[in-house]
Amino acid sequence: MCLGIPGRVVAVSEDERGPLTGTVDFDGIRRTVCLAYTPEAGIGDYVIVHVGFAISQVDEAEAAKTLAVLRAIPDALATELGPDAEVRS
Amino acid sequence: MKYLDEYRDPVLARRLLAELNGTATRPWAIMEVCGGQTHTLVRQGIDELLPAGVRMIHGPGCPVCVTPLEIIDKAVAIASRPGVIFTSYGDMLRVPGTHGDLLGVKARGGDVRVVYSPLDAVRVAADNPGREVVFFAVGFETTAPANAMAVLHAADTGVANFSVLVSHVLVPPAITAILDAPDNQVQAFLAAGHVCAVMGWTEYEPIAARYRVPIVVTGFEPLDLLEGIVMAVRQLEEGRAEVENQYARAVKRTGNAPARDAVRRVFQVTGRTWRGIGPIPASGLALAPEFAGHDAERRFAVEDVRATEHPDCIAGAILRGTALPTDCAAYGTRCTPRRPLGAPMVSTEGTCAAFHHAGRRRSAPTPSTVEVPR
Ligand code: SF4
Repeated sequence: MCLGIPGRVVAVSEDERGPLTGTVDFDGIRRTVCLAYTPEAGIGDYVIVHVGFAISQVDEAEAAKTLAVLRAIPDALATELGPDAEVRS
Repeated sequence: MKYLDEYRDPVLARRLLAELNGTATRPWAIMEVCGGQTHTLVRQGIDELLPAGVRMIHGPGCPVCVTPLEIIDKAVAIASRPGVIFTSYGDMLRVPGTHGDLLGVKARGGDVRVVYSPLDAVRVAADNPGREVVFFAVGFETTAPANAMAVLHAADTGVANFSVLVSHVLVPPAITAILDAPDNQVQAFLAAGHVCAVMGWTEYEPIAARYRVPIVVTGFEPLDLLEGIVMAVRQLEEGRAEVENQYARAVKRTGNAPARDAVRRVFQVTGRTWRGIGPIPASGLALAPEFAGHDAERRFAVEDVRATEHPDCIAGAILRGTALPTDCAAYGTRCTPRRPLGAPMVSTEGTCAAFHHAGRRRSAPTPSTVEVPR
């Protein structure tokens, strides 16, 4: 649960009830992610996500490198992205 | 050299190794405190490529592995109650408690659900007002902001049937405990990049100064680790003991302010027992009194269970860095990722699982004795 996966913000929710959320694309898998801790991240920006929460913003090259490492760890993407994540490699 | 050509940038990896060979004049022991880093080091064979004498000690960097047996037993007890929906990160389900794991509860008909985010658990609670929904809030500083937000959100929206079983642990007190141990061998630390992305590294500055130990905030890409090791060895050779940041592209000195603030609001620092290591003062987080209504331990009044580890498991020595998985008699035979005896074999972030996935054998020489062809 502790690895942190980089993904690209593809949508930011307009819903004002509850914490700020958005949709983040991880290598083809899309997830609703809480953006409350990275309020400056907009569409197209890359964020590192832990258990459904963006905790820091990074650039695209960094995101690509980290994803390559995660793909090498058995089940890492599936474990980090939850039960129904399908991992494309 | 063994695995170097598998690197995305073998030229840079070779340059960093050459730099390391030129810098290290004495044996040094460096500990990484992140399960992701352990996995990269072992999988890429980085620990076996280091100059003779420079040794990596794999620290207690796996949140699944250090969650105490007593808490696993409490989780199993709560999840077994009728009417409870027990929600958890997937990697906690197979961690062995004294009498079985959460997966066993599910197999016996318990309602145990894997969620991706703690906010999903709050949603389950809102959708099932007649049921008690408990979330297993474990992990290091990386998951604490998420769990804090879940509690805040449940409190704000009046989801009263949502509670958390909290067993959060903090990295800096564990580093201090390792340095205070009489048999400590660690001379420098690689701090976990993503823990610092949340918390920053100001907490590490007094540790570096007081214990005269270099601490390098490091990412978990192979080249990050090589660079972090080079920076640590350079400090050791020059007699410096500072906090340096290798992972500047994701980490700032003060970390993530809104995340840190949420953690401070919802949790308070408390003593925690680390599985395999024992009690460490002020090394964890518990719910602040204001949020006691969402505390599963109060709500379910589970008795303190006297927990016992499997007698063959030497996880404690492995988590303290005084033994390797390959020193364990059960490694790879009675203990495998499919049938783990101890926590470090369960999670992909655990040292035993990292060794097993990389195919390390029991008879293999320890990394510190491997000669590197130059
Ligand atoms: S190999 Fe298994 S039994 Fe041995 S220390 Fe690791 S987890 Fe424990």
